Amino acid sequence: MSSVNPGALPEDEDKARSARAEWPLWEVFIRGQHGLNHRHVGSLHAPDAEMAVKNARDVYTRRNEGVSIWVVESRHITATAPGEKGPLFEPSESKIYRHPTFFDIPDDVGHM
Amino acid sequence: MYAQMVKSTGKGLKSRDEMTEEERAFQDRIDADTKIEPRDWMPEGYRKTLIRQIGQHAHSEIVGQLPEGNWITRAPTLERKMILLAKVQDEAGHGLYLYCAAETLGISRDDMTEQLLSGKMKYSSIFNYPTLNWADIGAVGWLVDGAAIMNQVPLQRTSYGPYSRAMIRICKEESFHQRQGYDIMMKMAQGSEAQKRMAQDALNRFWYPSLMMFGPSDAESVHSAQSMAWKIKINTNDELRQKFVDQTVPQAEYLGLTIPDENLEWNEEKGGYDFSQPDWEEFFEVLKGNGPCNAERLAARQKAWDEGRWVRDGLLAHARKKSARKVAAE
Repeated sequence: MSSVNPGALPEDEDKARSARAEWPLWEVFIRGQHGLNHRHVGSLHAPDAEMAVKNARDVYTRRNEGVSIWVVESRHITATAPGEKGPLFEPSESKIYRHPTFFDIPDDVGHM
Repeated sequence: MYAQMVKSTGKGLKSRDEMTEEERAFQDRIDADTKIEPRDWMPEGYRKTLIRQIGQHAHSEIVGQLPEGNWITRAPTLERKMILLAKVQDEAGHGLYLYCAAETLGISRDDMTEQLLSGKMKYSSIFNYPTLNWADIGAVGWLVDGAAIMNQVPLQRTSYGPYSRAMIRICKEESFHQRQGYDIMMKMAQGSEAQKRMAQDALNRFWYPSLMMFGPSDAESVHSAQSMAWKIKINTNDELRQKFVDQTVPQAEYLGLTIPDENLEWNEEKGGYDFSQPDWEEFFEVLKGNGPCNAERLAARQKAWDEGRWVRDGLLAHARKKSARKVAAE
């Protein structure tokens, strides 16, 4: 991924005075008006969770985009590796019977 | 557009035979319109060019707040002031989306800020022009944001996932910006004689700098050829400039304003306007740092960076203290 690790808090006070004392990176998730799942909308830097929520509110909900915000520090997210794409996701490609459109239901039966 | 003269590898396009196996697979994904994501393999040139381009774009959003911020306290009505404030806040958000996209390529936010302040990274030439009267705020929204939209709409389809997603968010908001600018221009153009003169004056001063935003003709540029193959540039500079002129001329006519170009003429054959090129010497001077406001803009960014340091450090110290207490309590 990236060569910097924006997730970690800088450790000592000396570093805090250098340019490397960046606030950690947070991922922002918003639930929209209509009760759908929280959805990833972007990221931002903030010193702690409380400020991350405040900043997320200021940046990502300026036009009624949401009714609830989650933030999580980026370094706490575990992700699948791009190389695993094949073994993880290809098996479902051949299982077309999992989709409702697989089945031919006569029109006479009505809506199903 | 907010990115001008972005250099890529400079080596020219590789043929398929010259590519390594990884490079070929990468180009195939791009040709098939599959998005490239941060952890995917990518050629070093792709990564570096994107950092330059997205970084320049992000800096432009941030520096672009300055000419407009100049008028927040002097907006003619409270409503206009609130609208302008919202627009300038949007620009800060746009900068943030783009910085985040660039960070996924392995450069830190502070590195980018420092490279802006040291002059190593650039921002769009347009923001080195002053906003002298209220109509300029209208002209900026109408022309500058209008020119930005020309470039940003196609970039929603760019090959790099995080950049594409940032552009999608930005485009949703840009149309508000352009319309608020045109709304100011309509009000001024339909106003008193003095207001009309101000509107015409703003158009006169912003027309050519807006055309410069697209950058010089890049029909022959190796950088552009590579960027287009990678789909981090979708149209040539000349295509976008032509599109912008064709769209803007009727809008100026509606306002009853005159585009400051004696050579402007409809060309039936090409289905677009013929128009004069801006003064490219002036453009290169502005890029070099010799525009009317370069020093002022960078000084303002430097001041904000220096004077904001205690806030950044203070909040971090507070977070560190709280987190230490939490650990101690456990």
